[in-house]
Amino acid sequence: MSDSAYSGRGNKDRSIGREPAARSGDPVPAGGKARPAPEGPFLIGEAMTGGYGRGADILHSCTIAVERGEIAVIVGPNGAGKSTAMKAVFGMLNLREGAVRLDGEEITQLSPQDRVLKGMGFVPQTSNIFTSMTVEENLEMGAFIRTDDFSDTMAQVYDLFPILKEKRRQAAGELSGGQRQQVAVGRALMTKPKVLMLDEPTAGVSPIVMDELFDRIIEVARTGIPILMVEQNARQALAIADKGYVLVQGRNAHTGTGRELLEDPEVRASFLGG
Amino acid sequence: MTDRLRAVSLFALVALLILGTGVLQSWNSALLILNMGLVSALMALGVNLQWGFAGLFNVGVMGFVALGGLAVVLTSMPPVGAAWQAGGLRILAGLALGAASVVAAVLAWRRTSGKMRGWIVAAILLVGFFLYRAVFDAGVEAVEAVDAATSGYLGGLGLPVLLAWPVGGLLAAGAAWIIGKTALGLRSDYLAIATLGIAEIVIAILKNEDWMARGVKNVNGLPRPVPYEIDLQADPAFVERAAGFGLDPTTASTLWVKAGYALLFTVVLVIVLILAQLALKSPWGRMMRAIRDNETAARAMGKNVTGRHLQVFILGSAICGIAGAMMTTLDGQLTPTSYQPLRYTFLIWVMVIVGGSGNNLGAVLGGFFIWFAWVQVEPLGQAIMGLVTSGMAEGELKRHLLDSVQHMRLLTMGVILLLVLRFSPRGLLPER
Amino acid sequence: MDLLNAFVALSNFVLIPAIAYGSQLAIGALGVTMVYGILRFSNFAHGDTMAFGTMATIIATWGLQSMGVSLGPLPTALLAIPVGIAACAALVLATDRVVFRFYRAQKVVPVILVIVSIGVMFIYNGITRIILGPDDQRFADGERFIISARDFKEMTGLEEGLAIRTTQGITLVTAVIVVALLFWFLNRTRTGKSMRAYSDNEDLALLSGIDPERVVRVTWLIVAALATIAGVLYGLDKSYKPFTYFQLLLPIFAAAIVGGLGSPLGAIAGGFVIAFSEVAITYAWKKVLEYSLPESLAPEGLVQLLSTDYKFAVSFVILVIVLLFRPTGLFRGKAV
Repeated sequence: MSDSAYSGRGNKDRSIGREPAARSGDPVPAGGKARPAPEGPFLIGEAMTGGYGRGADILHSCTIAVERGEIAVIVGPNGAGKSTAMKAVFGMLNLREGAVRLDGEEITQLSPQDRVLKGMGFVPQTSNIFTSMTVEENLEMGAFIRTDDFSDTMAQVYDLFPILKEKRRQAAGELSGGQRQQVAVGRALMTKPKVLMLDEPTAGVSPIVMDELFDRIIEVARTGIPILMVEQNARQALAIADKGYVLVQGRNAHTGTGRELLEDPEVRASFLGG
Repeated sequence: MTDRLRAVSLFALVALLILGTGVLQSWNSALLILNMGLVSALMALGVNLQWGFAGLFNVGVMGFVALGGLAVVLTSMPPVGAAWQAGGLRILAGLALGAASVVAAVLAWRRTSGKMRGWIVAAILLVGFFLYRAVFDAGVEAVEAVDAATSGYLGGLGLPVLLAWPVGGLLAAGAAWIIGKTALGLRSDYLAIATLGIAEIVIAILKNEDWMARGVKNVNGLPRPVPYEIDLQADPAFVERAAGFGLDPTTASTLWVKAGYALLFTVVLVIVLILAQLALKSPWGRMMRAIRDNETAARAMGKNVTGRHLQVFILGSAICGIAGAMMTTLDGQLTPTSYQPLRYTFLIWVMVIVGGSGNNLGAVLGGFFIWFAWVQVEPLGQAIMGLVTSGMAEGELKRHLLDSVQHMRLLTMGVILLLVLRFSPRGLLPER
Repeated sequence: MDLLNAFVALSNFVLIPAIAYGSQLAIGALGVTMVYGILRFSNFAHGDTMAFGTMATIIATWGLQSMGVSLGPLPTALLAIPVGIAACAALVLATDRVVFRFYRAQKVVPVILVIVSIGVMFIYNGITRIILGPDDQRFADGERFIISARDFKEMTGLEEGLAIRTTQGITLVTAVIVVALLFWFLNRTRTGKSMRAYSDNEDLALLSGIDPERVVRVTWLIVAALATIAGVLYGLDKSYKPFTYFQLLLPIFAAAIVGGLGSPLGAIAGGFVIAFSEVAITYAWKKVLEYSLPESLAPEGLVQLLSTDYKFAVSFVILVIVLLFRPTGLFRGKAV
């Protein structure tokens, strides 16, 4: 501690607000430019290699892609770099090698904020809502970058998640875990994203709520938005996936359709408990 | 540049600055700066113990300094017999009652539980408060009526004034214990507000409780550990020796007295500095820094973090109390209205940060350096402002500009603090 | 027994002064709480920010007065407040640009920012004293009373008088308007909501495309306005003296912490809790008790719990009690 110039001498009062957990990344700095790159899938993080800060690489030439109208799921054992891979696609990790392309543009040099402007909707695993604000205000904040009238988008979100309409005047922090995740997804949808990225949306919710959340996610996908999702619950997730990526130690171990992976004996043996 | 060379050259620079003052202005001012520099360095050591070693954000330094000042009155002034007869015992009884009801309330809080607890404690405190006021007020009135123009207070114990310095430390330590028991463990800025408040309360008590130290009427003529100038001037041997140095008796006597203080202060500072250095290098000091750098790990290893924090808080405050007693002895009077947080709390903080948090030598250096700057900014500003305004016609604006020079020092201190924080955040002598 | 007179005396000496003082503290505490909620540190320079805004307002007031402008029965200072706010805003925005922004980029822990704010406090202190000097300034003009004690006695025929000073009336009205505006801004406007979002969850706010530097700028603007208004109201009601404003830091922080740092509603509640306790505990209750108790029970002494010199002790004790028993404050602020 005492080697940093601005040591707080043991005073760790960052508890103001909350712990900056999501900031532990090493985001791409602002100011980078996008380049046209018309080839390839709708969204792809290709041959991504990188880690946090100056630490060891976590991802090793890892490739994740999703096409229009698809649900792609990243699964794998603990510490396989699933969330890291998604964060790399979102620019919360400065890649050493590889590229990220979205809708005909190369966006590797864009900061996360700029990627939101390019149409990425990202739902972090934790602290993904404004707890002290009402559900409706959360959605409004989701649409902050939009200058047009977003009331129709809000209506669509309410159609998708009727419970949110019911509770729209309630503080989001007072809702149940599943409802909070719906708020989080709804908030990300408010930008009318070209692609929706979910980091373990079902972490910490009960199995019943989990099934409901998956149903909702399928509904979102049916509206035409491709979805990239990291999941702990591999079996359920692969069941709804058009495409699955099994990562092991930051590398692509198995890739295929959800069904293929579910039926692959090797995948079953190692990750799905037989 | 090595650490040692850096330290030596910076201290040499400060010495040069003070010597320069002696040559260019007067040796009297140089000694004045040196004396208050010594006191400031001691205060900075105390704060550095708390902030540098343990990361405790204490901005109530003024309160502990003032308590040290109070100790001088309580220890060294002769007792006022008439006042003691008029109501001394009554005041003591009142204070005892007050303390007893606080203790009773704390005990009641610990021993009882359930819904009634709060009410019981509140009732004890309320009854205790009125009992205390009933006994205490009459005593105060009687004491303050005794010869109000010249005394009107209980006086002290009539002990040698040097004894007041450790007493000042004890008084400050006692206050620090009470504060530490309640406020340590709070977030840093809450601790800051709490200590800021305590300091204001201490000053309010000093200003208001006339029976104790005459309040805003001040206590003058405190006994001195060094001879009086008048006596020296009347001493033929001294006058002769002064003449030998080519000095007139008046100048020689003031210099001699100040040099005497400087010697005493240096002794105290050196002792405290050595102790602080030993503490820093001892297992205790290493543990303090270990706690500061990783409190969670230290707790997990079974270290009593709160207890250690309380220790270091009390020690640091005691040093500030000693320094406060020394300062009041130097002044020869206790003036409660002169205690201002900017001067006695935040300036000490500037000293610690500029000197180098966590480095005892740095704190001492910062004490001397910032005190020198604090004193010399005014004449310097005056000279500059004199130049600026020399071409201006006499009038309101010129007068205002010349007047405002005295506030330049606040601005300068702020600028120094911000510059150091920005460009050399670890201070002039960084912690190793 | 004369409950009516007792109530009038109570209103005159406790309720009205406490309401006015409470409003001033509340607006001051709102400024502290805004800095805390958005910039996430306790700003020790807030008292001196208030002093600077007030000083600018006073100078503008003198300018208006010398031009012969006045508001009739109302103090001229009300016209000069916008000038004060503008000057104060320029100062705090410049400070943020030169000083605080650097540390924000470094993501330093809050205690470093507090120390930085102490440096800023020194500088503001110097600036206000250099420009206007350290002395008392009274700048209230216009009508002194809405109702004077004598008029009230004549009107009602009661023994006790009830005086409402113009400045007290203005304080309350202004406070209501300021608070209403602030809450409207925070809860109804896009910028206000983005500030709340930023205060709630910085990272998510960034992901939502909220520009943090803009949020910070708007915050400083609001803080400058709140500080200037609080300072001017206090100065009109009592008097302007830089050192008094510095000392106001303690009750203001007490109010903000008691209410729950980071919670605007808490800041207001805290302001009134502190003000009412201070006034009630340092008031000599003899008169009120004489009216409300039967003659045989009438008190002999002043029945003053603490001398007015100890008013700091009151805010301090309340602060400590709240910190010990409910560290997040009455309204659950952000601090843990």
